[in-house]
Amino acid sequence: MKRLASIAFATAIALFLQGCAGWQSALDPKGPAASELAWLIWFFTGLCAVVWVLVMIALAIPLMMRSRVRAEPLVLDAGADSRKLRVVITAVGLTAVILVGLTLLSFFANRTLAAIGSDAVLTIRVTGHQWWWEVRYEDATPSRILTTANEIHIPAGEPVRLLLTSTDVIHSFWVPSLSGKLDLIPGRMNVLDIKADKPGVYRGQCAEFCGAQHANMGTFIIAEPRAKFDAWWNDQLQPAAEPMSDEAKAGEDLFLKRPCVMCHKIGGTPAGGTVAPDLTHVASRQTLAAGTLRMSRGNLAAWIADPQGVKPGSHMPVVQLNGDELNAIVAYLEGLK
Amino acid sequence: MSSADLTSERDLPREREATPRGDIAPERDGPRDTGMDDASLRRWLARTWRTPPGIIGALSSVDHKVIARRYLITAFLFLCLGGLNAVAMRIQLSGPQRGLIGPDLYNQLFTMHGVTMMFLFAVPIVQATGIYLVPLMVGTRNIAFPRLNAFSYWIYVSGGLFAWISFALSMAPDVGWFAYVPLSGPEFGPGKRADVWAQMITYTEVSSLAVAVATIVTVFKQRSPGMSLDKIPLYVWALLVTSFVVVFAMPAVMVTSTFLILDRLVGTHIFNPAEGGDALLFQHLFWFFGHPEVYIIFLPATGMVSAIIPAFARRPMFGHLGLVLSLIAVGFLSFGLWVHHMFATGLPKLGASFFTASSMMIAIPNGVQIFCWLATLWDGRPVIRTPLLFVFGFFFIFVIGGLTGVMLASVPLDLQVHDTYFVVAHFHYVLIGGSVFPLLGAAYFWFPKITGRMMSERLGRWHFWLAMIGFNAAFFPMHIVGLWGMPRRVYTYPAELGWGNINLFITGGAVLFFLSFVLFAFNLVHGALKGAPAGDNPWDAGTLEWATSSPPQSYNFARIPVVTNVEPLWAERAALPVATGLRVDVRELLVSTVAEAHPDIREKSATPSIWPLLAAIAVGGTFLYSIFTPWAIVWGAAPIAITLIGWFWPKGDPEDEE
Repeated sequence: MKRLASIAFATAIALFLQGCAGWQSALDPKGPAASELAWLIWFFTGLCAVVWVLVMIALAIPLMMRSRVRAEPLVLDAGADSRKLRVVITAVGLTAVILVGLTLLSFFANRTLAAIGSDAVLTIRVTGHQWWWEVRYEDATPSRILTTANEIHIPAGEPVRLLLTSTDVIHSFWVPSLSGKLDLIPGRMNVLDIKADKPGVYRGQCAEFCGAQHANMGTFIIAEPRAKFDAWWNDQLQPAAEPMSDEAKAGEDLFLKRPCVMCHKIGGTPAGGTVAPDLTHVASRQTLAAGTLRMSRGNLAAWIADPQGVKPGSHMPVVQLNGDELNAIVAYLEGLK
Repeated sequence: MSSADLTSERDLPREREATPRGDIAPERDGPRDTGMDDASLRRWLARTWRTPPGIIGALSSVDHKVIARRYLITAFLFLCLGGLNAVAMRIQLSGPQRGLIGPDLYNQLFTMHGVTMMFLFAVPIVQATGIYLVPLMVGTRNIAFPRLNAFSYWIYVSGGLFAWISFALSMAPDVGWFAYVPLSGPEFGPGKRADVWAQMITYTEVSSLAVAVATIVTVFKQRSPGMSLDKIPLYVWALLVTSFVVVFAMPAVMVTSTFLILDRLVGTHIFNPAEGGDALLFQHLFWFFGHPEVYIIFLPATGMVSAIIPAFARRPMFGHLGLVLSLIAVGFLSFGLWVHHMFATGLPKLGASFFTASSMMIAIPNGVQIFCWLATLWDGRPVIRTPLLFVFGFFFIFVIGGLTGVMLASVPLDLQVHDTYFVVAHFHYVLIGGSVFPLLGAAYFWFPKITGRMMSERLGRWHFWLAMIGFNAAFFPMHIVGLWGMPRRVYTYPAELGWGNINLFITGGAVLFFLSFVLFAFNLVHGALKGAPAGDNPWDAGTLEWATSSPPQSYNFARIPVVTNVEPLWAERAALPVATGLRVDVRELLVSTVAEAHPDIREKSATPSIWPLLAAIAVGGTFLYSIFTPWAIVWGAAPIAITLIGWFWPKGDPEDEE
């Protein structure tokens, strides 16, 4: 039994260390909030582990004693019981002290977190939908307001303010390596400040159960150096690229004639739907369908041909297309960098 | 009201002083147990208290032991169903992107798992244990309001059938066991699925409220002479506190589910922010019930621990008063923590910090309980039998769950782990460790009382170790995968996140844990059929349920015992003193005073009746119909009224005619 336990323990540690380096892990912090929280998690875990071990020792003590020979269970050793009372009172007192300490610790950690976004340089409105994220960059100049979906570019090293709300059900925005989670609630607006220390791609996903495709509601925070970020913003403000080939041109026509146009927007074309992700620069994104598929020609075709197979229950309907039509639309979308 | 006329073989001057209250009833008197010889007393009582023969007779039973057995068996079947749900989910999650179960079925599975385990297994089984044991432990002949008790069982069964038939028809709720709006509201929850959730809640809450009321009255008014408040067994205290928590918490969830069904069916906008309603109101109402719910499940289990430990540590519980006060403190504090389920909703920071403090605070009375149990065990090596093994398992697991609970109480820390597998791990450590392990210990402990036979000790040890290894292998890694970012309630996950291996390991543990229950079921059946005869008191325990035969007769005790100690059987080794004076030709109970348990009056106990079943059918039918139209309440009122009139039709007792 003991050997089994130690093997299990060793395996657990190995697995644990392997997982710490994941790109969606609370134990692999990449920003000041997550670092503060990771420290808090380790501190609480350590303290709790010590308490647990002490309780287990207290539980093991009687097992190591000799069995008592006492016929009459009601005859007690008063001296022993009063010693026990002192031990119990001390233990309760220690518990109270530890709990007060932890309460204060978590209170001050909360204050540290609240201070992170006090000088936010950028405000981004994130709206939850079943099952994707609408991302709108706010700006004082209306022409610079930018709407995109699922991927959030931010300047690295600068605090960014996210305004979180929802138009349908409750979702929760969570990118563990940068910050704790916060809900997106219809009729309410929550504020979450995030900051990434270094450039990188940080994955997150919806953390509040939101229906059939809750599992496939991923998001990415892409932190870039300031110059690259500004360039990205300027690129994204441009209308969609003109189709380069005849096939792509046919694809654009099809897109505008078929139901696609009812839900999606493509800047610079008559397509102006707002109930589904903005596709103006869809091919510049890394994934499709809120992190469900990697962006590629094949995956674009799969997603358009069979959205209910890729993401069952999603609100993207099947549009009847023959093989040529599908290829044309994919060619068009693939060009929307 | 008939006057008390009690004599005791013991000198109990204060009881004699308890002069009869009220007037002397002009009642035809019948034979009493005073001075009657044992054989004819038992003949009389057996005839008076028996459950009538035949199917109608069985359906009419109001014997608390019969009802409790039905409850226990039904709840165990629901546990198996809920466990099968869990195994199906674990197989789907054993690797990334498995296609065994799609999102539609998966979402029904985890909802049914939660709903079944919370409402159809955990609460009913702890209450059922109480229905069986509380009347025996306080030394009375039946639970208070026996027909209400029978009614509660029928309502519970119909609610459970309703939920599981919906599942079989693929119209089970798919919105999670807490069914947040707007997901469960009229706009985003089409079909009847969320209505099934709402009305299933109503069924089970009606039934658990009924049991709570019966338990409270039994404990307050039907205790044996001499069982003053300080001599009530800790298990009974736990059930009493739990019942009060039920009475104050359950209405909140009934309001929640009723509001929801009003929004869905009648077109109100209570939870609709677009029309001035509020989606968060639902969460406040739900968790005002939902957090005490955890203690409704946990407190009776602490009572079981407090009953098992003295029997095997061979001494009364250390710190009895401290434990009672802790129980009461936990009962109160459990109403002040609900917001820690809502830290991620963006509440004002100061308010949230208050709930951090209150959530931390409840660890203090729970700590007092743990320390007192440990101190009780410190007198020397206890007698190690299967029930005590499960209590050790309870310590091992529950303390981890309690400590991760302290972690979750911290607002900032909670924001990382809320709604992840860390929380799934935490509440399974609390609920399985804190409630199921004591329940399993209790099953081994009281099985001899219920069946008259012992369960196998050898199989019991195998069961314990299989359950310990399976449980920890299944749930401990969930803490880790939660910190790695895996949210709960996902039907699948991408391979590149690296959660595959650990999930496969978890699934292996879950299968082992499930097998431990198969072994347990085998041990139950084997013990019931072939177990060694147990005798009245196989563990030489000290509380009153061990004073009567195993299994107990329909009338529980031939003569009502008089209690002189918190462990009466240890104090009175030769024979328990008894109180006499009750009639034997009609069902009569001794009603005593609340604090001192002085004998007060003799009171009739209800006879078997088919009306509770008929009333339950009428009420259940109304609930079922009400998921389709609000008019069900109007049309259902008539049959309900008819059955209640039948139920309460005057019996012609003098007391009714006053």
